[in-house]
Amino acid sequence: MRAPGLLFNRSIPFIKWMLCLVAVTATVACSDQPWNSPYPPEQAGQNILYSSFSARPNHLDPARSYSSNEVVFTGQIYEPPLQYHFLKRPYQLEPLTATQLPEAYYLDAAGQRLPDDAAAEDIAYSVYDITIRPGIRYQPHPAFARDRQGRYRYHALHEQDLDGVNALADFSATGSRELIAADYVYQIKRLAHPRLNSPIFGLMSEYIVGLKEYAATLERALEEKGTDHYRLNLADYPLAGAEVLDRYRYRIRVKGKYPQFLYWLAMPFFAPLPWEADVFYSQPGMKERNITLDWYPVGTGPYMLTVNNPNRQMVLQRNPNFHGETYPREGDPGDVQAGFLEDAGRPMPFIDTVIYSLEKEAIPTWNKFLQGYYDVSGVSSDSFDQAIQIGSGGDIALTPEMQKKGIHLSTAVSTSIFYMGFNMLDPVVGGDGKRARLLRRALSIAMDYEEYISIFRNGRGIAAQSPLPPGIFGYVEGREGINPFVYDWTPQGPRRKPIAEARRLLAEAGYPDGRDIETGKPLVLYFDTTGGTPDSSAQQNWLRKQFARLDIQLQIRNTDYNRFQDKMLKGTAQIFQWGWNADYPDPENFLFLLYGKNGKVEHNGENAANYNNAEYDRLFEQMKNMRNGPERQAVIDRMVAILRRDAPWIFGFHPKDFVLYHDWYHNAKPNLMANNTLKYKRIDPALRELRREEWNRPVVWPLILIVLVLVVSVLPAWIGYRRHENRRVKVVSS
Amino acid sequence: MFAYIIRRALYAIPILVGVNLLTFVLFFVVNSPDDVARMHLGMKRVTPEAIEKWKEEHGYSRPLLYNADASGTGKLTETIFYDKSVRLFAFDFGSSDAGRDIGEDISQRMWPSLAIALPTLLIGLLVNISFSMLLAFFRGTYLDLSGVMLCVVLMSISGLFYIIGGQYLFSKLLHLVPVSGYEPGLQAWRFILLPVVIGVFSGIGSSSRWYRTIFLEEINRDYVRTARAKGLPEVRLLFRHVLKNALVPILTGIVVVLPLLFMGSLIMESFFGIPGLGSYTIEAIQTQDFAIVRAMVFLGSVLYILGLLLTDISYTLVDPRIRLS
Repeated sequence: MRAPGLLFNRSIPFIKWMLCLVAVTATVACSDQPWNSPYPPEQAGQNILYSSFSARPNHLDPARSYSSNEVVFTGQIYEPPLQYHFLKRPYQLEPLTATQLPEAYYLDAAGQRLPDDAAAEDIAYSVYDITIRPGIRYQPHPAFARDRQGRYRYHALHEQDLDGVNALADFSATGSRELIAADYVYQIKRLAHPRLNSPIFGLMSEYIVGLKEYAATLERALEEKGTDHYRLNLADYPLAGAEVLDRYRYRIRVKGKYPQFLYWLAMPFFAPLPWEADVFYSQPGMKERNITLDWYPVGTGPYMLTVNNPNRQMVLQRNPNFHGETYPREGDPGDVQAGFLEDAGRPMPFIDTVIYSLEKEAIPTWNKFLQGYYDVSGVSSDSFDQAIQIGSGGDIALTPEMQKKGIHLSTAVSTSIFYMGFNMLDPVVGGDGKRARLLRRALSIAMDYEEYISIFRNGRGIAAQSPLPPGIFGYVEGREGINPFVYDWTPQGPRRKPIAEARRLLAEAGYPDGRDIETGKPLVLYFDTTGGTPDSSAQQNWLRKQFARLDIQLQIRNTDYNRFQDKMLKGTAQIFQWGWNADYPDPENFLFLLYGKNGKVEHNGENAANYNNAEYDRLFEQMKNMRNGPERQAVIDRMVAILRRDAPWIFGFHPKDFVLYHDWYHNAKPNLMANNTLKYKRIDPALRELRREEWNRPVVWPLILIVLVLVVSVLPAWIGYRRHENRRVKVVSS
Repeated sequence: MFAYIIRRALYAIPILVGVNLLTFVLFFVVNSPDDVARMHLGMKRVTPEAIEKWKEEHGYSRPLLYNADASGTGKLTETIFYDKSVRLFAFDFGSSDAGRDIGEDISQRMWPSLAIALPTLLIGLLVNISFSMLLAFFRGTYLDLSGVMLCVVLMSISGLFYIIGGQYLFSKLLHLVPVSGYEPGLQAWRFILLPVVIGVFSGIGSSSRWYRTIFLEEINRDYVRTARAKGLPEVRLLFRHVLKNALVPILTGIVVVLPLLFMGSLIMESFFGIPGLGSYTIEAIQTQDFAIVRAMVFLGSVLYILGLLLTDISYTLVDPRIRLS
């Protein structure tokens, strides 16, 4: 018999559990937001943009940050003197913190001023005087915090002062100060800092006067002082190529004539950095707590990074000290109709907070976009068929499902190229001989990139006719723009030459039916790549098929990226595939990929094909200093003609970016050059809230069904158990 | 027992040195220090000088295992292996190659891993033991046969299918829980519910079959027959006597994995966006961050050795006849 109260006592945990369950269910049911919302209820209806990141940014220090997943953040925080106009095409530079676009003036070797139209070879130095706008202030940051006596509050911390400090937000006081020209000069000096390894130091040391020597000076200073880099006061070490003229003006001196330098001034590398930040982050114990400039940037831009937990979330918040900027009033023809000028003249930024959540896999990211929890999405191969339909004429449209949700599609040919390169040092496919050239041309015809784009990229790309993608000066559209060695012009557009033409070229090269006419042996070529995935296997099979159309055997040498890089550096690869993404919208940034002095093997440059043509190099040196215009176009046309004739590359394709965005997301015009476009974006949080509720109503009945099924499944076991327990032993009397 | 623990701790040292050496060799067979530097410096505009500087700063400029230019013990100590390994034995993981403090990252990321792994283990244990007890109870009947068949079916399905299927059904179609994400604190339950359910469900097949075998072996022993003959109710018999005696092999499997719960689940964390140690390790391998790979392998080895030690100790607790010597 049970003791009185035992039942009650035993039931306490059960009752507790039930109460917890009710409380949890009530919490979910009573909150206004859908059950599957990944965001806290207090964020509902707020002016927050939601996005994701798949790989944590390695560097947020403007001297080091270069990758696309890093500039997504640094572009919104740091403000270089110039920026790209958001709407106008072709891409145009405009002042950001500068009062106007700087005009270079030129000096000869003796320091005498030269006329603006001086010949490039006479110019020893180009000088840029940049004036910044007064009144621009930095974001609130503990590096600027001062005590009542005006001393920096956090500049002389000891290890023990950092007890309980794990993030930047743990510092209670913050401060700010005005942006001055010295901050820009300070950052230019940092590019040369031996401990920072700025990726553009090599390039910039070729141009900015004294930068290479400056790096050596700093190295010596570091050795003498035996200290880390933050302890060096860069103000004590003048740099000849960058000097402060007054509080709001600074000067940069560049060797020779280098008009593309202006584009660099629109990148975070040339954004200002306050010396206070370097001092603050260099203190003992900061690095151990992951509080570094690489993790917590300090800028004057529209946003500041308030949460940097790359394990989960990164949050950009509106900078309360932002100097203010208005949405452009002018754009391209058609921008009014597309709604891109609806916000003309309105103060920016429009969005208060941007939350980037870590998403490692494409499927959850895509599902959350469809549920309205992300505002913008790319289109992966997995979701392509669900999102996009391609008509019989090749026209691209959204599927009815996407249209019903009010999702929009934006496409743009990116300023990139993926090409197949021939190592010009290779005895079979390389060199300037007729035989190798004809072989390369034959292969250029055989490699059907239209088919490649259709099969492997779902039509997201256009076959390249030259190294220059659309949108870059020098690109020619239509009949004049086709590669006549590979395409014929038809009323429908360019058409790849028939394979018979490629076979003819091959025979002329001395390889009839893919056999070497001299030795009688089959022609075997080698493709070096970094493959190994199921996707790459399909692509490699396709490649073999293309070469087999000419009866050429293609041996694929798979390796990892590091080994591949090594082969390229040593020049032991034969045929390879590579790509380039533009740093700035100038033809120089593509045509330099084939400039002889950039050869990979000899100069460790970006000319991976090791192409070397004296005429091309001469034209390149001429072209790179010219202003855009008919004369420059004529030079570019000649250069492109040389490349088409020599065929050091098979001009693969220019990828097409597809971006999907919801109805509540505005000002989505793609700008492939600017990296500070967040401030132009606007969302309608009320509409988003409405849609989320509509799309995410919980469906509970299947759960009840599952419980019922479980009960029904357990029922036979329960009956069996009861029978077993009630079974009586039969006594058989004899 | 104390002497036994000390002895096992001493045995662990050569094992850890061996594991560390193996990790080091395997990593640097695939990647040279130059490759690692190139990976961290990015793909564009990387100069050989920058690579040399990076190696110098991150301690990769010395020879890998043997320094022929050094003298005396320096031949072994002035190497990358020695530099990178010695501190590990003091549990000083140092900084990742990207500059982050590894110890700090581990202390942050182990909680989300535990938030999934611990409930999955405990609930899974409860469900699997109950289910396998049920099968043992109905041994030889059509219920047992159906249960075993169900286990085989559940075992035959890939873990990835459970994850994607679970996300599709409960998050995408029924809108009951978030597809992925994580919030610390009390809000975390909304994000760990589905991974835990999937973790438990996907483990039922293999664990229940194993436990069923153990229970069947135990259920046929003489003491069970005696207890049954004395009229002990079957449920009491199973849960109080059979379970207790079957605990030794079950403990072998469980206690050994207890410390490893910290290490997280690679795929689960990746798909559900859980910022745990599983995804930390995967990221490190992808980005060729040797400092993190080395630290995580070392930590995993230590935890595994600890798990084995705990298993031995737990034997003495569940079976007083066992003595550690």
